[in-house]
Amino acid sequence: MLEIRYVWEWPVRITHWINASSVILLSATGLFIAHPFAIIGVETMAWARLVHIVVAYAFLCSVLFRFYWMLVGNQHASWRAFIPWLTAEGRRNFVKMLRYYTFTGKKISYEVGHNPVAALAYLGIFALFIFQIVSGFALYGQYAPEGFWGGLFVILNPLVSSQYLRLSHHMVMWMLLGFLVNHLYSAWLMDVKERNGTMSGIFSGYRYIEPEDL
Amino acid sequence: MPQHSPPQEQPLDEKLLQRWEARGVSRRDFIKFCATLTATLALPASFIPQIAEAIEDKRLPVIWMEFQGCTGDTEALLRANQPTVAEIVLDLLTLEYHETIMAAAGHQAEEAKSQALEKYKGKYLAVVEGSIPTADGGVYCTVGGDSALNIVRKICGNAAATIAVGNCAAFGGLPAAAPNPTGAISVKDAVPQATVLNLPGCPLNADNLTATIVHFLTFNQLPATDGLGRPLFAYGKRIHDNCERRAHFDAGQYAEAFGDAGHRQGYCLYKLGCKGPETFHNCPTIRYNEGVSWPVMAGHGCIGCAEPGFWDTMSPFYRRLPQVPGFPVEATADKIGVGLVAATAVAFGAHAVGSAFRKGDAMESDKVIKED
Ligand code: SF4
Repeated sequence: MLEIRYVWEWPVRITHWINASSVILLSATGLFIAHPFAIIGVETMAWARLVHIVVAYAFLCSVLFRFYWMLVGNQHASWRAFIPWLTAEGRRNFVKMLRYYTFTGKKISYEVGHNPVAALAYLGIFALFIFQIVSGFALYGQYAPEGFWGGLFVILNPLVSSQYLRLSHHMVMWMLLGFLVNHLYSAWLMDVKERNGTMSGIFSGYRYIEPEDL
Repeated sequence: MPQHSPPQEQPLDEKLLQRWEARGVSRRDFIKFCATLTATLALPASFIPQIAEAIEDKRLPVIWMEFQGCTGDTEALLRANQPTVAEIVLDLLTLEYHETIMAAAGHQAEEAKSQALEKYKGKYLAVVEGSIPTADGGVYCTVGGDSALNIVRKICGNAAATIAVGNCAAFGGLPAAAPNPTGAISVKDAVPQATVLNLPGCPLNADNLTATIVHFLTFNQLPATDGLGRPLFAYGKRIHDNCERRAHFDAGQYAEAFGDAGHRQGYCLYKLGCKGPETFHNCPTIRYNEGVSWPVMAGHGCIGCAEPGFWDTMSPFYRRLPQVPGFPVEATADKIGVGLVAATAVAFGAHAVGSAFRKGDAMESDKVIKED
């Protein structure tokens, strides 16, 4: 019998959509900051930077909240879900999923939560998120080196130099945009092939699971 | 910043002013000089009398050494275009040894140096210009038969304090730029145990050197520094945050090419590669050559010459971002990024086509009901 299961708790869904809109807004304003232009009557750069910084704070809060939820949320939200190779079953499903993606295996590894390949990708994405937050706020902190974020800059500047920090911040943006393409595609693919409400799950939280397939 | 409680406001001592007048420095010039210095040091005006007193009849013995440098810092110091300023500054210092301007030469000069070292041991100020080569036993820069490394160890190790002037002495500068054939290092790296204050810049701003020396004479200590050993009064704020073109930056008005309409109207130089947003220096407020001008004012973007490794990290000077390591010169960060996203899209597009025609891989229980 098909079961309706509550998989994605509200903090998972909310932070997912805040993160998604942040990545888009931050990339758009970030690209503008890298290649600015004038619009008569608008302080374009000042506005772009304001939006970039305000959204950066929202993004920071969202990511921190998601990390907190990794500790207290359900099994699909837990940090354990992002390191699938810790269990024998996870390793098996990982290989199965990878083979499916590379057209060498027949079946999807059917999961209630994240599939192990996706979980691994999200681990990388969280690492990139942390990188963007740290490098971004360090660069922001340059306006007041004695301030809070300036402290971060003062630590990082001798190690990476602000220009390479800026370059990596820029390059990681492109990587995140590349991930966005991948993520949308995989969501579509899983929705079509798993037939369990992958797409609607991230809005409603519910997925339709056939326990026999697990 | 060390806290100095501001002294009571009082007029300058009349006798003191008269003594300077007797030396040919008008009271107006002298007061102006003290006021400018006090402002450069970011001290309140009530400190002016204390500073005026401190710089009278105090002569600080100085040993000025030059290694892998271009003498630009010496030039910056000596080319004061107001003679009185130069006079007062040179009055503060007894240059016991300075290759460019001393009269002595050869053995005589070397002897003067070692005499000064003995006589003022622990009391003199060492000033170093240029970087110290360490490759191949330090053969790439020797003075009087001794290597730069040996000389700085001896002279800076016995000084009351050392001031590294210019980017080469402070951070290795141009000689240390990749591939650094001479193994050039900064003074602090060459003599880690010495008290070294860095005054980077290419060249340094002589006003900051004067202010540092006056601070030393007035308070008997070097000014407070940032994490890179640079005094906060001169390197505590970012160029971009004090720049006179900043309003154009915020408004999105940029010069797109040298000589275009925007450039002629004094628009922001951000798109011409200005590194003001990542460089800490007081250029916009004190400017060079006694406040005449500074690069951005003259229409050229900042190249970040006060920052460590600027020749490698701030270049290309006319672009916002550095080269992506390992990619050809024409490949900007954005071209690579767009390529990355496009490649992802193409790869997944192909995957999608493959997946769409794939049969029998979807989850399908026997209870699937197809509606007509
Ligand atoms: S000219 Fe340079 S320092 Fe000045 S506002 Fe523009 S980017 Fe900033």
